[in-house]
Amino acid sequence: MEFAIKTLVFLPLIGFLIAGIFGSKIGDKASQIVTTGLLFISAALSWMVFLDVALDGNKYPVTLFNWVTSGTLSFDWSVSVDALTAVMLVVVNSVSALVHLYSTSYMEEDPHKPRFFAYLSLFTFMMLMLVTSDNLVQMFFGWEGVGVASYLLIGFWFKKPTANAAAIKAFVVNRVGDFGFALGIYATFLLFGSVEFDVIFANVGQYKDATMSFLGHDYHALTVVCLLLFVGAMGKSAQLGLHTWLPDAMEGPTPVSALIHAATMVTAGVFLVARFSPVFVEAPDAMAVVTVVGALTAFFAATVGLVQNDIKRVIAYSTCSQLGYMFVALGVGAFGGGVFHLFTHAFFKALLFLGAGSVIHAMHHEQDMRNMGGLLKKIPFTATVMFIGNLAITGVPLLSGYYSKDLIIEAAFAAHSGVGEFAFFMTVVAALMTSFYSWRLWFMTFLGESRADAHTYDHAHEGPMFQMRFPLAALAVGALAAGWTFKEAFIGHDVAGFWNGAIDLSVKVMSHGESLPIMEAAHHVPGAVKLAPMIAMIVGLLLAAWFYARKTDLPQRTAKTFNLLYDFLLNKWYFDELYDFLFVKPSFALGRIFWKRGDEQTIDGFGPNGVSAAVAMVAAKVRKLQTGYVYHYAFAMIVGLAAIVTWFMASGISSGAGH
Amino acid sequence: MNGELNLFVALPEIIMAVWAMALLMLGVFQGDKSYNQISNLTIVGFIVCAIVMLVNVGGERQVAFGGMFISDAFAVFMKTLVYAGGAVVLLISTTYLKDHKIARFEFPILVMLASLGMLLMISANSLMSLYVGLELQSLSLYVLAAMNRDRTRSTEAGLKYFLLGALSSGMLLYGISLIYGFTGTVDFDVLAQVLKTEGASNIGAVIGIVFMLAGLAFKVSAVPFHMWTPDVYEGSPTPVTAFFAAAPKVAALALFIRVMVGAFPGLMHEWQQIVIFISIASMLVGAFIALVQTNIKRLLAYSSIGHIGYALVGLAAGTQAGVESVLIYIAIYLTMTLGTFASVLTMRRSEGMVENISDLAGLSRNNLPMAVALAIFMFSLAGIPLLAGFWGKWYVFLAAVEAGLWPVALIGLLASVVSAFYYLRVVKIMFFDEPAASFDGNHGRSVSFVIGVSALINSPVSYILLVAPLITAAGWASKALLF
Repeated sequence: MEFAIKTLVFLPLIGFLIAGIFGSKIGDKASQIVTTGLLFISAALSWMVFLDVALDGNKYPVTLFNWVTSGTLSFDWSVSVDALTAVMLVVVNSVSALVHLYSTSYMEEDPHKPRFFAYLSLFTFMMLMLVTSDNLVQMFFGWEGVGVASYLLIGFWFKKPTANAAAIKAFVVNRVGDFGFALGIYATFLLFGSVEFDVIFANVGQYKDATMSFLGHDYHALTVVCLLLFVGAMGKSAQLGLHTWLPDAMEGPTPVSALIHAATMVTAGVFLVARFSPVFVEAPDAMAVVTVVGALTAFFAATVGLVQNDIKRVIAYSTCSQLGYMFVALGVGAFGGGVFHLFTHAFFKALLFLGAGSVIHAMHHEQDMRNMGGLLKKIPFTATVMFIGNLAITGVPLLSGYYSKDLIIEAAFAAHSGVGEFAFFMTVVAALMTSFYSWRLWFMTFLGESRADAHTYDHAHEGPMFQMRFPLAALAVGALAAGWTFKEAFIGHDVAGFWNGAIDLSVKVMSHGESLPIMEAAHHVPGAVKLAPMIAMIVGLLLAAWFYARKTDLPQRTAKTFNLLYDFLLNKWYFDELYDFLFVKPSFALGRIFWKRGDEQTIDGFGPNGVSAAVAMVAAKVRKLQTGYVYHYAFAMIVGLAAIVTWFMASGISSGAGH
Repeated sequence: MNGELNLFVALPEIIMAVWAMALLMLGVFQGDKSYNQISNLTIVGFIVCAIVMLVNVGGERQVAFGGMFISDAFAVFMKTLVYAGGAVVLLISTTYLKDHKIARFEFPILVMLASLGMLLMISANSLMSLYVGLELQSLSLYVLAAMNRDRTRSTEAGLKYFLLGALSSGMLLYGISLIYGFTGTVDFDVLAQVLKTEGASNIGAVIGIVFMLAGLAFKVSAVPFHMWTPDVYEGSPTPVTAFFAAAPKVAALALFIRVMVGAFPGLMHEWQQIVIFISIASMLVGAFIALVQTNIKRLLAYSSIGHIGYALVGLAAGTQAGVESVLIYIAIYLTMTLGTFASVLTMRRSEGMVENISDLAGLSRNNLPMAVALAIFMFSLAGIPLLAGFWGKWYVFLAAVEAGLWPVALIGLLASVVSAFYYLRVVKIMFFDEPAASFDGNHGRSVSFVIGVSALINSPVSYILLVAPLITAAGWASKALLF
């Protein structure tokens, strides 16, 4: 089993190296086959490992070799697998393999296919490094590695200025989060004297009441650590405040959005918090922050999603919103619920993205839903799988989203805390909106009259059977069945055996007079609470149907009536404008001052430029001495001689006097 | 002082003198058509003399002519460089001289006589033999500079060199007379002993040294006695310029060291100041004025001024390590210079030789090996790490710092940064500018051979091929001097 783990982690790296270095030699076809083939092997091994870990409750702490030993700081390269990692392995490798396969067709006309597949495989490897780490530093390595891969893939079409800008934005915004993460690592080392998970988790109890002094104030140490780590998680997982990069990241190719910006990388923050659940439970304030941020994100992103017209951006905001749900679960202590939603979400969100990709592919790179419509007849298969995806995300019973999302809403209620109630309210409202924008997307795309130009519409067609439709079908199966199949393991009666210590299950709340683990208590909430998301979902569906299937002029009239609100939402709550005003413009201005005044005028002016100007001037002057006349040259020699003699006459007498 | 003649010690010089006379006879009777023959025989002469020197004389300290002539490891080292410099110049000259119809049989003979003068300079152990050797060399060089006597620039160069050379000889002689007057001897060994006791209190001797140094500085073209250099380099036929830049510099520097270390260790504090001054001035002038040059020969003139400045940094240190570094430096300088001038000799088009830096534009596209070789020389001259020129600078600066002269080393470093600009500019012009018309390539195989070998020993493998053996040899040679 250890060999299988090592193999599945390093196969994508091998794929990356082959396609990245020899891509131009072995050609497009071979690069695709190699990377995709290796990923499928990895995915198969991941399921094998998952079944072994999940069913038999095994753990595999596999250390590769020591990385750094410096004083008391010591950590290894490792590929350790426990239940949490196993879940991530399955998600990452399955989605990645399907996306690789899908891309072979989607990227057909691209001239740089080996590079694309190399990046995809690199991303996968980095993600695996992140999830198999047994210490914070290797995790940070993977964390930055996926950031780089994400940057490269968002900017894959580097000739497109918007893609470059989006890539840079993603990178820079993530820098803020990563800074927090890095500080979190330092704080952890400061507090625990180690960056290894085993040591940290074993000693949490010991530092329960420890404080950290900063600028004369004492702060609860664990809260500080958790909040810093959570800042990192907010960046990667696009939580409110640091979310602005995610919608822009849709500039990348659609399979990239499916893999990185829906199923895997953006869930790294969730993974981080879940991994640190033993620490977070000792920092209730930090937990409250996680809950509130998650709830706000879920609500905020859903509102923006209501009015977006770009098919990918709708799904992007949907992703942002669903990540908020996951953090709500983590924040109230239902860590299993958060990870479960991560798991199911990966399937249906990747499905929706790849479906959207299929639509875009059919419509010749048209992404604006206002130019779609009536595609049901043209691409019924895509319509069907996206329908399934919608059912899953909106939480129709028995589909995967139903189990995970409803559990989160119920757990928020069951927490019986102020933030819990706030989160409950927000997530229910968000559920209504989720249903609305999801169905709005579907109706606008597939129903009604075509608003595309006739030529595009006539030529709309499904992608190839194996390369594009198979991944969709596979993900549709996941969206249909993943929740039902695994609910007992992740959140039901088998939690203790399944998780086997990988996440903290100790959070208990009062329910009907007895103290129950929160995920248990979530099953015992009042019936009205259980019904709430269901009702929200149905209301959303009906509204969407009313707006976009029946009275198709209603949306425009509504937008006109509530134009202020509409503009507010359409402009994403003016976050970009706010940041532009608060950070970007001042940074540019400051940079310009340093550049023009500091660098060019001061440093260059007196430094390189000034010196070189002076040099040129001196050289030109001295050159004039070189007249070509012998008597000038002789004069120079005599003057030189006279100067030296004078020097010795003046100084030599005094030194001679000493003898 | 032993009064023996001990001619055996001077055997290579005697052979060379006789050889030159014999060739002169040959040339007189056969005329200019014998150029090839005489040139080849001259090269053979260099080789024979070198072998005789290495095998029969060896590195032992021996004196001849009643103590006026000395042979030791230092002399062997420097003379080897002179032989090499003279022979290589003859190798690369033929085509150029024939093209310009100045392939006269006197040329190789003059080179040989000049070299003989240099050998005597290197072996000089008294102020008299010093002067005789120096004048033999100089007179030959004056004629060489004016070789192309139908061309005004060449005659002008020869005349200028002669006039200013005469002036410097006058200074040198005046210095010698002062020293003789104040110490009563011309013999280096005796001078060293006398001045060790008297030291700087002998102000007359100090002034004498100043005058002598001025004369010597003229020969190595150190600032402020350098002004003839660019004009003479530019005006002389290119092979002659190559010769000027190579062997005479070696000999003059050897003489410099011999006189300062051998004859005036007692006045080290005094001459050190002068050497520091002229080395700093040379480095700065070499670095700055070369920036505005457009003619490659003038550029190389300033470059050689600068390099002499760097070499003198080692002498200024006044230690054995310092002298060792000078020896390493001058040997490396010789390979760089000969390689570069051989490259300049390939700059020929159908209309004749071209000498502007801009004529090198885009050379990399017309003749990549040539461009790479010239780039290696430029990088090496600039002192880019791993190339030979870097090691030369490294050892002189190291010696200076160890002797506490870190300000001089610092100025040297800054000057070499400035000078890197114009070396790199040549590389830039060759590799990135739009190609100019290509060169005709008829420069002869021996030129290509010299370029190839010099490029190889200056390339990043130089440490193995050139520098490591040099360090051993220079260590051996510098031990022969008395410290």
